[in-house]
Amino acid sequence: MAAVPPVGFPGRPTVEAGTAAQLAEGELPAETLAELRELAGRYPQPRSALLPMLHLVQSVEGCVTPRGIEACADLLAISAAEVSGVATFYTMYKRRPVGAYHVGVCINTLCAVMGGDAIYDRLQGHLGIGNDETTEDASVSLERVECNAACDYAPVVMVNWEFFDNQTPDTAVDLVDELRAGRPVRSTRGPQVCTWREAERVIAGFPDDRADEGPGAGPASLAGLRLAREHGWTAPDSHGAEGKDAEETKSGTGERVGADPATSHGGSAYTRGDQETHIQESAATAVDDSERTPDADGDARTGEDRP
Amino acid sequence: MSSPATEPPIAPMLTPVLTDTWDQDRSWTLDTYESAGGYRGLRSALQSEPDDLIELIKESGLRGRGGAGFPTGMKWGFIPQGDGKPHYLVVNADESEPGTCKDIPLMMAAPHTLVEGVIISSYAIRARHAFIYVRGEVLHVLRRLQRAVQEAYLAGHLGRDIHGSGYDLDIIVHAGAGAYICGEETALLDSLEGRRGQPRLRPPFPAIAGLYASPTVINNVESIASVPVIVDKGAEWFASMGTEKSKGMTLYSLSGHVVGPGQYEAPLGITLRQLLELSGGVRRGHELKFWTPGGSSTPILTADHLDVPIDYEGIGAAGSMLGTKALQIFDETTSVVRTTLRWVEFYKHESCGKCTPCREGSWWMVQVLRRLEAGQGTEADIDTLLDMCDNMAGRSFCALADGTAACVQSAVQHFRDEFVAGTHTPAWELFPYAASVLHAEPPQRVPAPVGAVAP
Repeated sequence: MAAVPPVGFPGRPTVEAGTAAQLAEGELPAETLAELRELAGRYPQPRSALLPMLHLVQSVEGCVTPRGIEACADLLAISAAEVSGVATFYTMYKRRPVGAYHVGVCINTLCAVMGGDAIYDRLQGHLGIGNDETTEDASVSLERVECNAACDYAPVVMVNWEFFDNQTPDTAVDLVDELRAGRPVRSTRGPQVCTWREAERVIAGFPDDRADEGPGAGPASLAGLRLAREHGWTAPDSHGAEGKDAEETKSGTGERVGADPATSHGGSAYTRGDQETHIQESAATAVDDSERTPDADGDARTGEDRP
Repeated sequence: MSSPATEPPIAPMLTPVLTDTWDQDRSWTLDTYESAGGYRGLRSALQSEPDDLIELIKESGLRGRGGAGFPTGMKWGFIPQGDGKPHYLVVNADESEPGTCKDIPLMMAAPHTLVEGVIISSYAIRARHAFIYVRGEVLHVLRRLQRAVQEAYLAGHLGRDIHGSGYDLDIIVHAGAGAYICGEETALLDSLEGRRGQPRLRPPFPAIAGLYASPTVINNVESIASVPVIVDKGAEWFASMGTEKSKGMTLYSLSGHVVGPGQYEAPLGITLRQLLELSGGVRRGHELKFWTPGGSSTPILTADHLDVPIDYEGIGAAGSMLGTKALQIFDETTSVVRTTLRWVEFYKHESCGKCTPCREGSWWMVQVLRRLEAGQGTEADIDTLLDMCDNMAGRSFCALADGTAACVQSAVQHFRDEFVAGTHTPAWELFPYAASVLHAEPPQRVPAPVGAVAP
């Protein structure tokens, strides 16, 4: 039966019975151990590297594995229980393999109200998986995430911790379909999305040299700056400072920094369209038949983190 | 632009300083930053005495932009000098407070503003190691910061004997792993030491015993990013913007049911009415119902507060807190019971579990609020909620429980009727949730009632 409850306890990261076979026995590869050691050497005190080290373990193992925990514990001369205590505290550490593309739907208040709940419901139905679950082909996993600091682009979806701004249920479904089909997908404010394991490696502190991809800022980030340019508003001059050069510096790239790079990638529906999505509310508000069942976001999670 | 060419010289509504280079081509690169005057502040800082820099920041009136509003220069001044211990600067880039979305775009578009600020600030407090603790869930921001730090090393702005000054500094870009509580400064320190992110009891304060029990300054991204331009243009220049006790320009983040969500850099003291007028207002056909001045942990305000100056004193006098200037706007379609439940669910999820009032209180509050959302609350529920607030606020190590209580108390204070209605009518009947969404689509899994008006 598929629904075998997870096995394990805090000292041994939970592993679903069906996936346990994927987790190799023995030590981590030598090059991984060397990189873990390198991380520990970057800090005045080695234990400070534990969070990055666990990210690196995930990039190699696909989740936090028992041998990854042992390796961190050995290198830092602390107990495996201490490492487990850390690994279980933070939501980015996974005790089961996630999909190659980990999709996080912001369900914090503002995103939820503006469409995040509807997006999550639709994705759940479309993918046939629930919170913290992965599709059978291991391509996509789904997570309800808290505020990801992009509220001016609400509702927001994250894929492997890249931003997908101003989403709707339709664009989110298109997005996951592209991901499952293995087609390249570009963040609305960033680069082409890499795999979850590749992302974890960058997060661990091993750059992938792709900082130059994507725009500097999306349209909402520039909203105030554009107004200021239009009105000729600048900060006051400093007395005697040579640097009041706002007029010269304003040329730049002009319009729509956020949209252009995205279109180079097939022009998919989920690439950022334009700012007008924000005022497409009229049709929505005309709907008055909008009763809503509470089960979608209420009961599903009731008690999930309480015995 | 051409529009009102001959207006008298009135103070500009918006004052782009930190955001001024964000629309430049490849704004994140060292080249772009330096051609706009970047790292000029560093060169002049290295000619100064560290104590003079601390004095300069004190004079500028810069106050913390991360929520608490503590004077930045004064915080630096608490670091004991000549104590023989290493000093540390830690930048709190764990931006996670619901509604707050200013530091992430700053680090994405102009990471060198932060890096230069880190170098100057570290020099001022005599630190040889600085850390930028970024939340882990922002991959491309990490890439931009990693690159900026690398560029700064190659340009000689970091490393050994920076520009011949004899000063050494290393910056480590450190990614967190998903925990709101690590935005609390002492929890951040525990996390940075490789532990579970749980707040510490104070005293001792981080200025005396912070990272590795050594004197540590922890500042928000925007605070540190404001330092280079203050050094470059002077304390007087900075203080010429803003209000009497809230100096300088700052990033206001507008989100929610508005026509023009985004970042608006203005002098402290602008009002929500002004910001809405500038940005196109509440979404068409709707009106403001309530808003947060600085994230979900700051008590909500209403349309009665449209003309309150959004600065430390103005918002404080209105019964809330400036917080992070995260202005989340909700219109009349929004159920306050629903939003309150959602925020409290967030606090429940993010409570680190160390202090009983917070851990248990937030969990029980969720139970009560779910009942009220479903229209199945009891007469006693509102009093129970307020009673729980009293038992949570001020009774934990950190302010997470205070934020939870503030969120609930202010919602009941301004919209008690909606909580009363929760004893008999579900919130989604009083405020059909589909009316609040931006996309034009009925919610899933709800069959359209017979005879419903088509959209």
